[in-house]
Amino acid sequence: MRRSELFFWITVSCGIVIMAFILLPLIEMMTAPSVTMLQGAIQDRNVMHSIWLSIYTAGSAALIAFVFGTPLAYLLARSDFRGKRLVEGIIDLPIVIPHPVVGIAILSVAGKNHWIGRALGEVGVRIMGSVTGIITVLIFVGMPFYLHAAKDGFESISPRLEGVSRSLGASMFSTFFRITFPLAWRSMLVGIIMCSARAISEFGAVVVVAYHPMIAPVLIYERFEGYGLKYSQPVAVWLVLICLGLFLILRFLTLPKKKEI
Amino acid sequence: MITIEDLETRLSGFNLREINLSIEEGEFFILMGPTGAGKTILLEALAGLIPIKCGRVLIGGRDVTRLPPEKRGIGIVYQDYALFPHLTVMENIKYGLHFHKLNRKEAEKGLGELIEELDLAHLGNRLPLNLSGGELQRVALARALMVNPRVLLLDEPLSALDPGFREDIRHELKRLHRSSTVTFLMVTHDFAEALSLADRGAVISSGRIEQIGTMEDIFKRPSTEFIADFVGMKNIFAAEFRGSRAILGEDLHVELGRRPLNSHGYIAIRPEDIVIHKKALASSMRNSFGGVVKGLFDQGFYYEVHLQVGKLTFKSLITKKSLFELKIHEGVEILLSFKSAAIHTF
Repeated sequence: MRRSELFFWITVSCGIVIMAFILLPLIEMMTAPSVTMLQGAIQDRNVMHSIWLSIYTAGSAALIAFVFGTPLAYLLARSDFRGKRLVEGIIDLPIVIPHPVVGIAILSVAGKNHWIGRALGEVGVRIMGSVTGIITVLIFVGMPFYLHAAKDGFESISPRLEGVSRSLGASMFSTFFRITFPLAWRSMLVGIIMCSARAISEFGAVVVVAYHPMIAPVLIYERFEGYGLKYSQPVAVWLVLICLGLFLILRFLTLPKKKEI
Repeated sequence: MITIEDLETRLSGFNLREINLSIEEGEFFILMGPTGAGKTILLEALAGLIPIKCGRVLIGGRDVTRLPPEKRGIGIVYQDYALFPHLTVMENIKYGLHFHKLNRKEAEKGLGELIEELDLAHLGNRLPLNLSGGELQRVALARALMVNPRVLLLDEPLSALDPGFREDIRHELKRLHRSSTVTFLMVTHDFAEALSLADRGAVISSGRIEQIGTMEDIFKRPSTEFIADFVGMKNIFAAEFRGSRAILGEDLHVELGRRPLNSHGYIAIRPEDIVIHKKALASSMRNSFGGVVKGLFDQGFYYEVHLQVGKLTFKSLITKKSLFELKIHEGVEILLSFKSAAIHTF
């Protein structure tokens, strides 16, 4: 594209508008609270507790997505079967369903009116208003992000490597752990981070299932409702800093290191 | 010995059909065919890497059709080498030892021999990323041979290499084959390559085997028009056979020196068997025709000359030297001759 062309300048100016649209509100919010307010927020036990709970539940959701999602991601990357498109469509459903609907949907299975909910209750598992409930919801919303990243990772590995490994005497299990996993771990880690980043930002679905114990987004909402913008900002800043941290780690890990493959 | 009986694959698109093939123990057998003929698919079917619809594969009399790839004793070397990128050269070569209960001393000895034979000693700790094509290929060979397979499948091992390395690896393959008891089954789309390496081979096209035989047989007596063209018989004409003569086009009579069994068919002549000259030759060549030069194509050391005789176009190869000596250029009238023995009929 030549710089003298109008088309070039349209692309550039649209880019600048979008950058400003994303960055301006964030910068404004980040710089609004004073240092003392930030200190006050971080010393507030409720704030710390909610942020910790957010990280803990989002991390757990991502790990569970990793354990159960990896085999499915591998299956989708390696085999063609009838109904594969349907399965892929189902996987994407949590992305398109409105968040409060997710919460309601989960409660309709895990509540007292459903036999699964009753069975869970009998073994002492409570979804409504519990950490277990929060994690369940976060797995639901975060799973697609893990599956996509892991599937892309597996697809980028030549099936020939696995074929050669098997011809050399390795079973499918050995092949997976010696060849596929070491080559795909970076994509899987990216998937875990994507999944937890998505989970940590969830509000609508969680607030339906569990207002208490309070995760950070719910706490921010409560402060905003109860005390106004000024009191919700410091908590928001801390949450954003954490999300940003996650994002930076993600970028760092996806950069290929020079000495490695 | 490998025996393939009525093998058909079950893939979503292209499939192999009715593959029957028998390869002797310790043989160097070559599977030829153009790109997309199903050569690699046949190798992968033998290795157990793709689903089979019907048929059987026997190796040394043992039916391996339903065995997983790791239980077949078949090694595979891919065109793109498929080295494990996260493992060093040495780790790649020793990979199979994790799964084979070899006597440690024997394994060490075999490893030493392979490393020496393939000249890999200086590469041991390097990652595949930093290796040249020829080096990658030698590592892939060592890795496959390390576990003493009964059969080694080679998928176009030379085509991805630079011409310089290609010669090296070709010699290497020949030497490895001689010094081991492993049966080599190699795939190539290059007939010249096949001719220089193997004694026997098969030609495959569109998922079916077209001809099986010695290389000489395939070269000199191609069984179909497709194979004749594939092995470089550029002059292929539909013909009517009358007695020991073939009639091409409307009235070109060619003396065959023998009687073909069929009354219609084809004749094929290699371009290098057609001689071009200005004056009539006093030689044993029974077929001599006048023609007009229609085109000259530079082939490096040779020129391919297209000659129009009646409505037919003959193709001949001549050296640059004779091109100048004969003062050939487009439009020149000239004579072309070929021996009856150089004519192949089918």
